[in-house]
Amino acid sequence: MDKSRIKDAFQKTRQEGRAALIPYVTAGYPTLGMLAPLVRALEAGGADLIEIGIPFSDPLADGPILQEAATRALAGGVRVQQILDVVSGIETSVPLLFLTYVNLVYRRGIEQFIRDSHEAGISGLIIPDWPWVESAQHQAWAHDHDVALIPFAAPTSTDPHLDAIAHGHGFVYTVSVTGVTGARTTVDKGLAPLVTRIKEHVSLPVAVGFGISTPEQARETGRIADGVIVGSALVKALMEDPDHAPAVAERFVKGLRDAL
Amino acid sequence: MGKMKLMPDAHGRFGPFGGQYVPETLMPALDELSAAYHQAKTDKSFHEEWMALLKDYVGRPTPLRQAFRMSEKLGFPVYLKREDLNHTGAHKINNTMGQILLARRMGKTRIIAETGAGQHGVATATAAALFGLKAEIYMGAEDVERQALNVYRMRLLGAEVHSVHSGTSTLKDATNEAIRDWVTNVRDTFYVIGSVVGPHPYPMMVRDFQSIIGIEARRQFRQLTSGFPTHIVAPVGGGSNSMGIFYPFRQDPVALIGVEAAGEGIETGRHAATITMAERGILHGSLSYLLQDADGQIQPAHSISAGLDYPGVGPEHAYFHHTGRAQYVSITDQEALDAFHRLAEWEGIIPALESAHAIAWVIKEQKVLESANARVLVNLSGRGDKDVDAVLGYEEGNHGQEPH
Ligand SMILES: Cc1ncc(COP(=O)(O)O)c(C=O)c1O
Repeated sequence: MDKSRIKDAFQKTRQEGRAALIPYVTAGYPTLGMLAPLVRALEAGGADLIEIGIPFSDPLADGPILQEAATRALAGGVRVQQILDVVSGIETSVPLLFLTYVNLVYRRGIEQFIRDSHEAGISGLIIPDWPWVESAQHQAWAHDHDVALIPFAAPTSTDPHLDAIAHGHGFVYTVSVTGVTGARTTVDKGLAPLVTRIKEHVSLPVAVGFGISTPEQARETGRIADGVIVGSALVKALMEDPDHAPAVAERFVKGLRDAL
Repeated sequence: MGKMKLMPDAHGRFGPFGGQYVPETLMPALDELSAAYHQAKTDKSFHEEWMALLKDYVGRPTPLRQAFRMSEKLGFPVYLKREDLNHTGAHKINNTMGQILLARRMGKTRIIAETGAGQHGVATATAAALFGLKAEIYMGAEDVERQALNVYRMRLLGAEVHSVHSGTSTLKDATNEAIRDWVTNVRDTFYVIGSVVGPHPYPMMVRDFQSIIGIEARRQFRQLTSGFPTHIVAPVGGGSNSMGIFYPFRQDPVALIGVEAAGEGIETGRHAATITMAERGILHGSLSYLLQDADGQIQPAHSISAGLDYPGVGPEHAYFHHTGRAQYVSITDQEALDAFHRLAEWEGIIPALESAHAIAWVIKEQKVLESANARVLVNLSGRGDKDVDAVLGYEEGNHGQEPH
């Protein structure tokens, strides 16, 4: 239940000579009751870490699919406390991460949110609209409470930014292209030089997200990076057959995992 | 009163408010914008170019004049700063002219903006047309329906209007979509934000561009009366026209009154009175006050005036509220509609529904203001032509519901 679990997860995949697979699901989609079975299915399919999205009304880093999932989850009445309660009850050996937006963190109280997340068994927080300049002052406190505030890198990131996040924890969430989440058909040519550049500044594992949807893309990205994050493509698959979400998720993740 | 600290600080903070809450992808663009703005601000030629445009294209300075019949009816002098007389009919163009000049300086070839009622969209499309730039405007699908004329105006001006169907299909969602576009096309795109909101440096930059209102008004008022008004009253949506007139008076002995939209009444929950609720939160890049639920999910705003229909407010207003430098009050849809008629009858001026909120507060507080020997300056932020159709429809609709 502590931050070294993130480190351990990447160490294990490195020893196995492959990238870590990090799928994403939105809590409350298709239903909150499905969250625990989904997490177990993702683990069974071969996930190395799992991101759980806490839906926000205004998800400005998300493309249409994850917006839709958040909208539907909120329409279903899902609340932050319910998600914390459900997550607390999930038994898994895979490190869990929350992905959400800064207002939900701020509203609960930053320290309270971090404490509650830790108690629910969460190892890290991914908050796309909480950039390093605003979150840095909370890094040490979160680290002391066994929660990593995952730093971001983007194709536009400057060298001083990469030097700064070298002091971060967990891994570097690397945005593969300028843009929002959503399935894309190819791996951007700029990705390999970007990951190389990040690694010149930061010793943390580098995981890549935004746009990876097929086993081929996962394989290609996995050759470049330490971790492969898949969100929209998985949620899209769930949307096509929500009644059998856990089975769909397991099959989907297994397909990606076999490709790594 | 001691000299106020220069705000915002280097981190874009107005006390606890403001900041830069955007994805990492955009952070370098904000730094680039800050640097370009700082450079422009200290460049005499930028200022001269902007002032020449304001004079010969926008039609500034706008008049400031006493509203004599209104003054007589109320029993104390009321003055109007006539932002309704700007080209395109509102204060919004002061800001878009400044930002478009900056975009050109930065070599950005693509312009994007969000709009609610369409006023900022029209002002952005106008400025872009003037310089032959391509503008793309994000507008909530519901607003596209409600404000069909402004959609056509933007298209006439050569802009492309994107109808946004996510969330509540209104201004906040249009803003989300504009930010998504900016994250995607950040290298060649300039995002023209329409109010004193967003991540630093926008709240400061828009305030500075809109401060032309207060700079003129301060000079004009002193020429007219050789004193200060006792009260300055302005409507608050995101807060740009109000901050524009307040800011140059911030160290003067003047009460600053921001009027928010109480919609159908604060108690109904259907309103846009963000500062009245005073709950801190982070949306669209800055920490300020927000309409939100216990979890922090953003609540939809409501006002008859589309320009006030926003669940957030600029961080410097939150700071002015926090320090007590300005007071924030609210006016219902019905009170604003009544004032819309009063000003038309008294002064031959049809105000924008946003501006009618400020007029309504002055009428509502008549007794208090009269006994205080007030001299009230109202920022008439825009003209009401855009609202005439909607008001007519609203009143006919209401009339139809009346029992006979
Ligand atoms: C005439 C007019 N007044 C006021 C506003 C509210 O915006 P702000 O508070 O930024 O001045 C608008 C916005 O569209 C407007 O068109």
